[in-house]
Formats: sequence, structure tokens, C-alpha cells
Amino acid sequence: MALQAIAFYLLATVTIGSGLAVVSVRNPVHSVLFLILTFFSAAGLFLLLGAEFLAMLLVVVYVGAVAVLFLFVVMMLDVDFGALKQGFARYAPVGAFVGGILAIEMIIVATAVARGGAASGVREPMSALGGLSNTETIGRVLYTDYVYFFQAAGLVLLVAMIGAIVLTLRHKPGVRRQVIADQVARNAQSGMRTVQIKPGEGMGE
Amino acid sequence: MTIGLSHYLAVAAILFTIGVFGIFVNRKNIIVILMSIELILLAVNINLVAFSAYLHDVVGQIFAMFVLTVAAAEAAVGLAILVTFFRNRGGIAVDDAAVMKG
Repeated sequence: MALQAIAFYLLATVTIGSGLAVVSVRNPVHSVLFLILTFFSAAGLFLLLGAEFLAMLLVVVYVGAVAVLFLFVVMMLDVDFGALKQGFARYAPVGAFVGGILAIEMIIVATAVARGGAASGVREPMSALGGLSNTETIGRVLYTDYVYFFQAAGLVLLVAMIGAIVLTLRHKPGVRRQVIADQVARNAQSGMRTVQIKPGEGMGE
Repeated sequence: MTIGLSHYLAVAAILFTIGVFGIFVNRKNIIVILMSIELILLAVNINLVAFSAYLHDVVGQIFAMFVLTVAAAEAAVGLAILVTFFRNRGGIAVDDAAVMKG
């Protein structure tokens, strides 16, 4: 039990500290790297809660895909990030004031809910209900009760993929591309023309 | 010292606040704003998973998965818009977005 508490406090401290670093460091590349650290330690928190499948999903999707996407865009765009950091010192006191009040309110409400809400009587998090693993439990619910939502999630990803491709695709002018349809449609009549040239004049276009 | 539901909810609340604070102070840098949105969605996910674990109900984790899906789609489309914006205007200052037309 003590080991679990130590793990929780370690992971929570790393999550919050690196989350703060994401929004406050000067270099966006460092920001993305701290974002990866945040997601990694949040995956550790999910593991402590017994949600192994979501923890692995978080590592694969965020550390493997989304963070690399961010890193790619940050490094591709040649932006003067020093100029974008202006106004940080001006907005930081107000932001910290509003954020502090927001955090205190939310923690008070969360504590009240945890002490007096539906989960107040439960002392231990869920672990392997009825001999099924976490992944199997999720699969049994996801592919029966929530199968339409699952299909809709796939549709959302498809639309996002098509949207991203359409937004970033561009045709450069002046680049000759192979058009296979034109090549296939070509025949003897359209591919050749005969010209009568008078002697001594040559061919003027 | 046992770790209860309120501990996880407190972590999620602080993470959510950090995300809001990040949007506040980095108003000009849209990349950091997108990362702050990711932090906010992560806080929501921690809330869902914590309640799912302490209520012994797996539906919260299913919802966290859908939030994850939407967050990934949002990041992809947001960054695509950012790349197009950069190509058209040569910079990513959010203030310039006010002159967008059509």
C-alpha cells in the first residue's frame, strides 16, 4: 500500500510539473517533449487505477503518433518563437490568479464528490472483475453495447484523415505530372497529324 | 496513507487548470494553445478513468477511449489548418487570423 502511495505521488508530481513546463518553457520543441513526459506519467497513473488497456493506448497513440505529429509541425514551420512569447509576463499574474481560484474550487468540489458521492463507500479501485482482464472487460462492453459509437469513432477518424489531407495537399504550378488517363485515351488519330510543307518555306507555328 | 478517488480528481483538476493557464498566457502561439487543449482533454480522461475505477464500472474507460479518438482527430485537423495558415501568411501569429476572409 505504501509502495502504491509513493508511486502515485511520484507520478502525480511528474505529471503536474511537466504539464507546467509545457505551457511555460520558451522553446516549443522542449514543450512537445514535456508533453510526451506528461502523457507518459499519466499512463502510469492509469496503470495504478487498473486501466491497463487505456494506459497502453495513451502511450501508443500520444507518444507514438500525436506528439510526433506536433514535433514534426514545430520543426517544419520556420517561426520566430521568441516574438510569440511576448506578453507572457503580462498575462501570467492574471492567469495564475484565475487558474488558482479555478483549481481550488475544482479540488473542493472533487473532494466533496469523492467523500459524499456515489463512489464514497468504495475504498479500492477496480481490479480484474470476475476473473476477466481489463482488456477483455472493455472488449465485451465496447463491441456489444457501444458498437455503433465505436463505428462512429472510426468515421470521425476517417473524416479527420481526409480533412487533413485535403487541407495540406497542393498542386504546384509548372510541374508536369503523368496523367495516365490521357495516355490511355490516346490513339492513332489524335496522336499524329500530317502537315503539308511547301518547299523552301519550312514550318511556321 | 491510502490513495483515494479525491487524490486522482485533484491531479485532474490541477492539470485542467494548467491547460487553461496555458491558453491564457500563450495567446500568440497557437502550437502551445493546441498542446494546452491536449492537456485539458488528458485531465478529462483522468477524471473518467478514476471514476470508472472507483465505481467498478468499465463504461468510463470506454468514454475515455472516445475522448482519445476525438482528441487525436482534433490534433490532426488543427495542425493541418496551422500548416495551411503558415503557407498562406508566412507566420503563425494568432492575431493575423483576424484578417482571414471567406
